[in-house]
Amino acid sequence: MAGSGTAHLRADLDPLIRVEHLTVEFPVGNGLKVHAVSDISFDVLEGETLGLVGESGCGKSTTGRALMQLPPPTAGSVVFDGREITKLKGDDLRRIRPEMQMIFQDPISSLNPRRKIGDVVGEPLAIWGRGDEKERTELVDRVLASVGLDPEVSRSKRAHEFSGGQCQRISIARALVLDPKVIICDEPVSALDVSVQAQILNLLEDMKAAYGLTLVFIAHDLAVVKNVSDRVAVMYLGKMCEVARPDELYEAPAHPYTEALLTSIPVPDPSVRPDELDIISGELPSPIAPPSGCRFRTRCPRAEARCAELEPIMRQVGDDHWVACHFPLVPVIDDLDSDTGTLHA
Amino acid sequence: MSRRRSVTTLEARAGAESSHLLEVRDLKTHFITARGRVRAVDGVSFTLDRGKTLGIVGESGSGKTVLSRSVMNLLPRNNVVREGQILFDGRDITGADNAAMRSVWGIHMAMVFQDPMTSLNPVVKIGRQITESLRFHLDMDKKEARETAIALLRSVNIPEPQKRVDEYPHQLSGGMRQRVTIAIALACGPKLLMADEPTTALDVTVQAQILNLLARQQRERDMGMVLVTHDLGVVAGRTDEIIVMYGGKVVEKAPTAVLFRDMKMPYTEALVRSIPKLENHSHTRLRVIGGRPPDLINPPTGCNFSPRCPYAQPKCQEEEPPLVDAAAPGHQFACWYPVGTPENREAFERNVAAKLPQTLVTIDGAVVGAGMES
Repeated sequence: MAGSGTAHLRADLDPLIRVEHLTVEFPVGNGLKVHAVSDISFDVLEGETLGLVGESGCGKSTTGRALMQLPPPTAGSVVFDGREITKLKGDDLRRIRPEMQMIFQDPISSLNPRRKIGDVVGEPLAIWGRGDEKERTELVDRVLASVGLDPEVSRSKRAHEFSGGQCQRISIARALVLDPKVIICDEPVSALDVSVQAQILNLLEDMKAAYGLTLVFIAHDLAVVKNVSDRVAVMYLGKMCEVARPDELYEAPAHPYTEALLTSIPVPDPSVRPDELDIISGELPSPIAPPSGCRFRTRCPRAEARCAELEPIMRQVGDDHWVACHFPLVPVIDDLDSDTGTLHA
Repeated sequence: MSRRRSVTTLEARAGAESSHLLEVRDLKTHFITARGRVRAVDGVSFTLDRGKTLGIVGESGSGKTVLSRSVMNLLPRNNVVREGQILFDGRDITGADNAAMRSVWGIHMAMVFQDPMTSLNPVVKIGRQITESLRFHLDMDKKEARETAIALLRSVNIPEPQKRVDEYPHQLSGGMRQRVTIAIALACGPKLLMADEPTTALDVTVQAQILNLLARQQRERDMGMVLVTHDLGVVAGRTDEIIVMYGGKVVEKAPTAVLFRDMKMPYTEALVRSIPKLENHSHTRLRVIGGRPPDLINPPTGCNFSPRCPYAQPKCQEEEPPLVDAAAPGHQFACWYPVGTPENREAFERNVAAKLPQTLVTIDGAVVGAGMES
């Protein structure tokens, strides 16, 4: 994967978020830098859920934060609702913030333990001076009720009095209270039990419908991502491997890495004996000195000499199914090696 | 390390005859707290033979970790009430003190913990952390222990073991660290390996590697293994028998294939249902279990699961169901209206007619208030 390219973008559909050639690097001294995200492009249509999947260290959280300009990316553009936001500063940037909210992985540490839940959820409204005291309380109550908490009881409690799943509900309420256009969910269910995870996933789907949200859903569990997403992007070591609609991605993965991710998921069925051979061996290479060419080649079962020399770019393998691989598992539709960006009708 | 080997040995006690590697009889572990008595483990019995793998499954707070620590005798001595018997390899280790356990831990039974970041000592090289038990239990000299440690690292698939043995835990990734803790646990060739959520903190791909590694080591060494997890997917393909725990009690116990084919307990069914499945289309509504696990200080009367169970009937709230045998050998469950029976069907229809919220969520997916409670 490791590839770049913009062939998979859908400029004609007027996406709400358009990210092009996004690069995020962190200097680590001695002139070295961590290549956290390197030249990735994607777009999210209004009302769509984009799933970003990959292992730890693949840059998916960094991508989510770069969308929020936390911190702004090293290079590349992020166009939100028709505005280029990477160049915004100060007050202009601040005014964009209520439109984009975030939900974090650890629900308990993302809530201030010393503050009451009613204040935590109501603070965004106070900061933006929306409504008077009474209207704010009403809105907070309404949002708390909509995420499945009893406002009367929970308003005056503190975070430690709630379970992990309830704290995640509170985080969702806090993100919703400003009525944002986009919510970026950074591993919102990976710290939760399966039963609670199901409750939160259903809740996110409900909230998306009720508030007309666009979601960017970041997770490492492909089964979870498949459940919530309209389009899935698979990332590896700061690059994008494959973009497709979830059902298609799971039926016919085109990238060897996607296939490896899929086969790693434990299936709750005893007749499926897990493969005893490790599907992908080895460790994630260092993002300080990533492999040349395709970044996945060091662990890829199909890698050949070409993979070390040339970085693959996004090519189409199906209806809205794109892969950045020299030797994909599914035949490529067009065979152009250059990134024209205009192939998709 | 000039410590001498512990001289305390465990003597056989009356009633300790057991043909199994591990036999737990009616184990209870209660904690005395300011709020009251927490019944973390409340009457659990099971057996495990050499070469077999037992899966213990349940949500957070179901008592699975306390159970595994009780078996290892790793709980604090104060404010803990224990009852029941733990027989390990024909010896009664119930409530054995640390001095006695020292000759058991590491060499006969070993444990792998959930978080590899915190279970390794950050200021000690991994080589020394592995050789500690080798030198203590097997009286190896320094050179021999170091060579064994390198061989162990190689057997858990750590590249360049000669170099890694002199590194500190922070120089390794999460998956590598978990491999090191497995190497430490396996060092003296234990007969029993307890793995408490060994892959919960890891990525899916690393999880598959670690589970494969554990399975391979278990087969090669003919160990008994207990795999504690909240993910039924993890235990499905890798265990011989599964225990499902809820509120400190065993609610269903069966050979793995039987459990998935013919589950009787509504809680097991609910756990399986709430896992997002790859073969389902995207945006498939997950059928959730509403509510939360029971308060172990004031457990509900009757069946612990009744406040969340879609099939709950008045009888469930009054009388606690005993663990009874099902048709298949080795299959036990605790439910008055087991899944797949006509009684269960009737109970379900009665609850649907009565519009019981916990039943309705299983039909049209969760209403938003599914988790509502004060």
